[in-house]
Amino acid sequence: MAYTREKPRLTPPVEELRRTIPGWGVDLDRANRPSVPKEKFEETGAHWDVPEQQPEHWPREKSTEHRFVTPVFGTAQPLRGVSGAIRRYAYTFSEGRTAHWLLLLIGDRVDIIESRIEALTKGQPDNPITETGVLAEFKDSAFRTRFGQHRADLKHQPLDLLLWAVPYVALAGCLYMLAQRRPARRAMR
Amino acid sequence: MRAMTYRGPGRVRVEEKPIPPLEHPNDAIVRVTCAAICGSDLHLYHGMMPDLRVGHTFGHEFVGTVHAVGSSVEHLQPGDRVMVPFNICCGSCFFCARGLYSNCHNVNPNASAVGGIYGYSHTCGGYDGGQAEFVRVPFADVGPTKIPEWMDEEDAVLLTDACPTGYFGAQLGDIREGDVVIVFGAGPVGLFAAKSSWLMGAGRVIVVDHIDYRLEYARRFANAETVNFTQVDDIVQWAKETTEFLGADVCIEAVGAEADGAFFQHLTAAKLKLQGGSPVALNWCIDSVRKGGNVSVVGAFGPLYSAVKFGDAMNKGLTIRTNQCPVKRQWPRLFEHVRNGVLKPSEIVTHRVPLDDIAEGYHIMSNKLDGCIKPLVYPNGKH
Repeated sequence: MAYTREKPRLTPPVEELRRTIPGWGVDLDRANRPSVPKEKFEETGAHWDVPEQQPEHWPREKSTEHRFVTPVFGTAQPLRGVSGAIRRYAYTFSEGRTAHWLLLLIGDRVDIIESRIEALTKGQPDNPITETGVLAEFKDSAFRTRFGQHRADLKHQPLDLLLWAVPYVALAGCLYMLAQRRPARRAMR
Repeated sequence: MRAMTYRGPGRVRVEEKPIPPLEHPNDAIVRVTCAAICGSDLHLYHGMMPDLRVGHTFGHEFVGTVHAVGSSVEHLQPGDRVMVPFNICCGSCFFCARGLYSNCHNVNPNASAVGGIYGYSHTCGGYDGGQAEFVRVPFADVGPTKIPEWMDEEDAVLLTDACPTGYFGAQLGDIREGDVVIVFGAGPVGLFAAKSSWLMGAGRVIVVDHIDYRLEYARRFANAETVNFTQVDDIVQWAKETTEFLGADVCIEAVGAEADGAFFQHLTAAKLKLQGGSPVALNWCIDSVRKGGNVSVVGAFGPLYSAVKFGDAMNKGLTIRTNQCPVKRQWPRLFEHVRNGVLKPSEIVTHRVPLDDIAEGYHIMSNKLDGCIKPLVYPNGKH
């Protein structure tokens, strides 16, 4: 036995495909494929050679891999607080450095803690029931629809629950320990 | 205005925010009439994209009505119904000039490796997205286009990302007549990639996933053969056997960062965030494609490293082609396909939720409950 130069016959004849598959082959010709070739000059709609610069109302963080702040940029959620300081530091590293991305991920987690506290102080506390959308599980028996599908993720969904619960368990543990230590101190006095 | 806001991994809520102002002379403000939750929004939702700030509004698939325009906008005026590609692009930089709108160099100061994307973290430029009542649309003369009179709004919203990305994924595969194409992932992008593979002359299209109802959709919507990888011993071995041990000519990765099927990869990437994404499906592509074949990657990954089997890719002489889809470039041809009935993008819509219930929409999409393929979001609550 040996492999041969011919391609094994694996597919139905073209006539059958054309007959049975709607639109079969309408883009067979590469000329009909919009992203072929990869680079193609075309009318873009821009009526400028150099776009105007968007005003910068606060010092905008930027990648070290850019020479300047780009002419247009997002203004949502400016840097603030401890998370902002971490993120600003992250932007001193190039995108090629792991430190850049790991610091941003740390900043994200610190941001969550800051935001939870802020929401609490503003009287708009986070609600884990409504924000996770978990009530959807009970509408139209959605909970049941995850079963009987041969899903790979069913095996580790308990892990998701565990990861979700870890911060709360840790917080409850800290509070419990604090509560235990206070009476002990009072007793010592 | 009301807008969806991120509150931490697995948590979103609707908050009041100011209507975004015009920040640049070529900005437009669009009142959103319909948006979608994308599979790649789930990577944000699960906290996998760095520099994702609390309060960020997601949503890079949306259509709406122009509410206001900046002083230099020439092609749009208030009242126009527009569809907005997920890429923010200037139209005049080195990359836009060459049609690589998804790689625009003038819209994202936070990173040089990725262009600007609505509602996709500060790593993608820090623009709030369209799962809100209003959204700021930069370079209004370049990205958006008026929705043709004959086009259905739900078809239009799917033409802002999911449908063009799947179509683009098939193009990246450089499919030739009679090719065997394996698409990994039966989500919206995978379904469109499978359907598009036929348009490009594939001889056989196989869709791989692990959720039966999605595979059933792939059979019905994309006329594809399907295989549930949990029901075979080894999906790579299966791919070899079904191609007479040659391997597929083209493999398309349409899963991205949260690919399942190998516990350690999924744990380290999706749960512990120690990788930019779980490369399970990408590695299966590399292993399942024939030597000298093409691997197309349209699944979204984070910027950190991932444990990709690059040695096998090199030894097999593969061509791996990737990019975020330059949506604007796909539109003229896709409009023809929709008008001629070759494609009907809205066929994959399974859920319609009012903005106020978006947290439940995310929960259903994320957990793949209730037969969910594609949920749409209606800011005014009506559909």
